[in-house]
Amino acid sequence: MGGRMVDFGGWDMPVQYPAGTIEEHLRTRTHAGLFDVSHMGEIDVKGPDAIAFVNRLTSNDVTKLVDGQAQYSALTTPQGTVIDDLLVYRLAADHLLLVVNASTTEKDWEWIKSHHVGESVELNNVSADYCQIALQGPDAQSILRKLTGIPLSDIKYYHFTHGSVDGVAGIVSRTGYTGEDGFEVYAPADRAEQLWNKILDAGQTGTPTGVMPCGLAARNTLRLEAGMALYGNDIDETTTLLEANLGWICKLDKGDFTGREALARQKEEGVKRKLAGFEVTERGIARDHQEVVVDGQRVGNVTSGSPAPFLKKNIGLAYVPVEYAGAGQEIQIDVRGRLVGAQIIKTPFYKRQK
Amino acid sequence: MANVPEDLHYSKDHEWVRVDGGQAIIGITDYAQDSLGDVVYVELPKAEEEFAANEPFGSVESVKAVSEVFTPVAGVIVSTNETLADEPETVNSDPYGKGWMIRLKMSNPAEVDSLLTAAEYEDFTKAESE
Repeated sequence: MGGRMVDFGGWDMPVQYPAGTIEEHLRTRTHAGLFDVSHMGEIDVKGPDAIAFVNRLTSNDVTKLVDGQAQYSALTTPQGTVIDDLLVYRLAADHLLLVVNASTTEKDWEWIKSHHVGESVELNNVSADYCQIALQGPDAQSILRKLTGIPLSDIKYYHFTHGSVDGVAGIVSRTGYTGEDGFEVYAPADRAEQLWNKILDAGQTGTPTGVMPCGLAARNTLRLEAGMALYGNDIDETTTLLEANLGWICKLDKGDFTGREALARQKEEGVKRKLAGFEVTERGIARDHQEVVVDGQRVGNVTSGSPAPFLKKNIGLAYVPVEYAGAGQEIQIDVRGRLVGAQIIKTPFYKRQK
Repeated sequence: MANVPEDLHYSKDHEWVRVDGGQAIIGITDYAQDSLGDVVYVELPKAEEEFAANEPFGSVESVKAVSEVFTPVAGVIVSTNETLADEPETVNSDPYGKGWMIRLKMSNPAEVDSLLTAAEYEDFTKAESE
């Protein structure tokens, strides 16, 4: 399909297709974009203790889920920092599916296995069995509807159902990493090509308003505009959930979980630094790792920096001392030796119209 | 297949040179803009700045990355393409025409003779993509 391929965590993936990253990004916001995200990992947890087990290892409250519902969560260290961010899917009271990042799948799997200390659960790393295709954008539902009898309008945000797409049995979940409406289809790994091609066809790819195949570069600009964190950039084992603005998936009252004590302490004492969103106000583009300067002092680093194609400005996320994390705070970014003005603004940078 | 105009001179860093009397107009090639992807920002020098051959005179940014651009010949900047500030994508759509980057007065016009011809550059890019 003309995708420019690169190695991404051991997977051969397209950075962009011939139309280019900006077109892919804009098309996803105005119509639809298609992403092959089969590189993501899946870990299956079955048994009477499934919920208790996962609830002990993750920060969000698994007991709040009903069958067919998913939640964004984090696997945490005893320090309350992030081993990975993930989605927890409740298939049944005794069956959960964890969807994790590609580059951390092995690490997560080892961590989860090593913390199995007698709960009645069966753990399986089923990453190789699944493919995952994400169709995102305002036209996602009308496109996917052509390939399935599942009543898609009945699936609420962050809910999912079992069903068939183009005759392929799988899970269809109303989730995504773009800030748009859309669906992620989980199916047997060998059906990826079929689903990919059928969805492109159903979405009239190649036409001016049709679905566009999208690469990693567009996936990154879309999620950044939507204010979503990227593991390895914005969150990692040195950043706590509270510092990373993920307090909303940190349910300290649910009972004990790894890192709960450290997070409760930090909540009481207050964080010293915070992940803040900013927009560049002078000429220039902020990039990952560049230093943030306030009043001549180096105070932090950009964790994600890039142009925002839909908003037509240059944006980023950076950890800054909490006193500088408020909206309106003027900062500077050291862009390869040149100090470029920027301003802290509220995230998400982009929010879709409902 | 990338476009490689016959009447230009080329560098191994994927810049082109158009000779205009004692001046050189410089930009990046079609092959380069295609490899970069969407150009979102171009950093250019100021008039009267001086550069040696193969020195970086600015940078080109795509969505994902920053690349330096080098002048194949030594000289002093006469003018730069200011439209690229508001329309960086011109580098993609018209790399040899409206996407030109700098015009400089050459310190040593003979340097142009050591650059690649269109045919040599075409062979060079074919070898690079293998």
